[in-house]
Amino acid sequence: MSRSANRSGDGVRRAIETYFRLAPVTVPIYAVLTAVVVGSVVILAAGSNPIDAYAALFRGSFGSGAAVAKTMARSTPFIIASLAVAFGFKAGLFNIGAQGQLLMGALAAAWVGTWGWVAGVPSVIAIPMVLLAGLVGGLLYGGIPGVLKARTGAHEVIVTIMLNAIAARMAEWLINSRRPRILLDVTASVPHTTPIDAAARLPKLIPGTPLHVGFILAVLLCVVVWFVLQRTTVGFEIRTVGANPHAATYAGMSVSRTIILVLALSGALAGIAGAAEVAGGTTGYLTAGQFRNVGFDSIAIALLARANPFAVIPAAVLWGALLTGAGTMQLQAGVSSDLVFVVQALVILFVAADAIVRWVFRVRRPRDIDVTQDGAFAKGWGA
Amino acid sequence: MATTTPPDRVETTTPDAEVSRAISRERGLTRLSRLQTLGVLFGVLGVTLIASVAGALPGDDITLVFGLGDAAPKAALDPPNTVLGIGILFVVAAMVALLDRWTGRYAGVALAVASVLFVPLVLVCAIALSATNQTNLLPLFVESLRLGTPIALGALAGLWCERSGVVNIGIEGMMLAAAGVSFVTYAVMSGGNGGGWLWAAVVIAIFVGGLMGLLHAVLSVTFRTDQIVSGVAINLLAFGLTAFLRREVLLPSGVSSAVTLPKVTLPVLSDIPLVGSVLFSGKPIFFMMFIVFVVTKVVLFRTTWGLRVRSVGENPHAADTLGIDVIKTRYQAVIVGGLIAGLAGAWFTLETVGGFDNGMTNGKGFIALAALIFGKWRPWSAFGGAMLFGFAEALGSRIQFLNVAVGGFPFPSQFLQVLPYVVTIIVLAGAIGRAIPPAADGIPYERPR
Repeated sequence: MSRSANRSGDGVRRAIETYFRLAPVTVPIYAVLTAVVVGSVVILAAGSNPIDAYAALFRGSFGSGAAVAKTMARSTPFIIASLAVAFGFKAGLFNIGAQGQLLMGALAAAWVGTWGWVAGVPSVIAIPMVLLAGLVGGLLYGGIPGVLKARTGAHEVIVTIMLNAIAARMAEWLINSRRPRILLDVTASVPHTTPIDAAARLPKLIPGTPLHVGFILAVLLCVVVWFVLQRTTVGFEIRTVGANPHAATYAGMSVSRTIILVLALSGALAGIAGAAEVAGGTTGYLTAGQFRNVGFDSIAIALLARANPFAVIPAAVLWGALLTGAGTMQLQAGVSSDLVFVVQALVILFVAADAIVRWVFRVRRPRDIDVTQDGAFAKGWGA
Repeated sequence: MATTTPPDRVETTTPDAEVSRAISRERGLTRLSRLQTLGVLFGVLGVTLIASVAGALPGDDITLVFGLGDAAPKAALDPPNTVLGIGILFVVAAMVALLDRWTGRYAGVALAVASVLFVPLVLVCAIALSATNQTNLLPLFVESLRLGTPIALGALAGLWCERSGVVNIGIEGMMLAAAGVSFVTYAVMSGGNGGGWLWAAVVIAIFVGGLMGLLHAVLSVTFRTDQIVSGVAINLLAFGLTAFLRREVLLPSGVSSAVTLPKVTLPVLSDIPLVGSVLFSGKPIFFMMFIVFVVTKVVLFRTTWGLRVRSVGENPHAADTLGIDVIKTRYQAVIVGGLIAGLAGAWFTLETVGGFDNGMTNGKGFIALAALIFGKWRPWSAFGGAMLFGFAEALGSRIQFLNVAVGGFPFPSQFLQVLPYVVTIIVLAGAIGRAIPPAADGIPYERPR
């Protein structure tokens, strides 16, 4: 009698413990649900039927093989770029500069991809060359805030915001300038760079869809980042610096070196995201306004994924799905496609204010404190 | 340099610099002080100007006019000699800075003078290289002030938040939301034909800005969300909501262009000869900016409440001990910041464009943040920063208009647009003075139990 009561008591306790262990997962899911519910209120206010709208949104993003391929292609840059942001989070660094680094990587890729000799070599060499160019572009651009932070204490958030603006202006000039012509394709009616050589283009995963090898690359990068963070000494140092820089110093780790390393590598990831978009996109060229918002959306995705290298995949696919299905939703349900921006903003709002979600759904804070959640990067400008 | 956190700005003062200099001396290295580094930069620049730029400029005299009418003061300049002169002054300033052990505080003064000389240098070069050889500086000046208005107001919004200890990178979103919602209301209610609804829309803009400020306060003060995350959320929310409103309400209403706020001419001041009719005739938010600045300066630095706001931004625990309600004060400051950002938002749609487009604030909120840091979290310095950034923008469009050419190619205006950001990074990195934020900026307050 008492034994069975004990056992059932254990079961309940185990269930509760599992629930709390899953809390880092449940909160983002609840946040998405809340955003969807609030979004439907917005749809109702606009005079449409939310169920129809969401059904159309789903059909547009996952309703057919072609739609799924489109969604996955759309989410590819988000996966890599949010991985870059998440990587920074792990060291307690807030890399708002993914936007600029992505653009720099894309510019480098668009430039290298038009080199004469790249056209002469097989794809096996040309594609890595272009991706490497993106990596280097992002690495160097991400290294700037790293060095400045390590050497002078300049806060990476504000430096990267400035660098984003600089990158946007530079891209505008490099791409649109007619005299001197730098990257511009002079035959284009809407200014864009000269398309990169066919040999340097990423092959399509499924012919006839926009889905390209970049998606596989993105997933592989997630695995690599997870491996580096969890299974290597460098990763341990990064996580230690993120969790407690003081402890890291006393353990003999160089915090300033880690800061430079993490921001440079984060930039490199973002640069790859840009390069993969140029090399894998259907056009093979770059326009000045192409990556508007990708950088900031990636921050949102990384937050939604709680900076987990594997969780960024579903989070980014959600983002890609919202953007892909928006057109169908507007056509079939008559709800403005801009609604998805509202839903995205609500998701990040509820993820940001996780206290609201925890309170509504009665989710307790997990016992082992999540690095991304508890003040690891809430340090202000100077300190 | 294995510091734990990046070196704490408040603590890294002269002693540290002295120690590091002593260490480098021991190792037989000469380590330059901050002023000396800057001096070297100016020296290189000065030598370049003397050696190659001055000779390359066309020798025709240029005329700078300031004011209207025939009586306006004119200055005829010979570009090569002017640039030569500025170059020599740069070299002198560099010398003074490099010898800062003997020149003492004159080193800083010399570098400040040299920095100010940048503005005439750029102007003279631009006009010498352009198709005309005469230009009126008054419109350029007024245009700088006008384009600097949203930046200055945004910087003030940030000032209120950050002085109370709440980092605000959501200025952009606050401005965008205010710009969008107010214009949509105005367009729907009056069809964009001016009148009472235009002024009501300005009030609505301010109100919406305040609401966004309240949201930022709820997230970052009450729920202690990371303040940067909260700012990102506000930016995304503003973009999404205004895009949705535009598509669902504004586009169906068919109003594409609307009457903007009328020009105001200040009665007595505008009668000042030469400059009055241009300087003292402008749109209302432009003039309101000056009022908001004066009020901010007075309230924040001359009243008890202002002192409270600043104290919760510097040391909330001490403030709490003295009986100041930290949470309430931060709420008030962040909401005031939001209200000002709302006014800045109204500048875009109601004062300038008379229309709304997705993301039309176009990064001005981030420039405002840059101006705030450039001005080291002080109102008038931030105003100066905002106006400098406005000048860079105004000069950029003037340069395109005047067909300024360098080496046979049109001079890219983007180079000028980038300058504010580059200068801000340099300031932030501590090359020009120290940019010290409020001590508790960015740290959520939790009452110790």
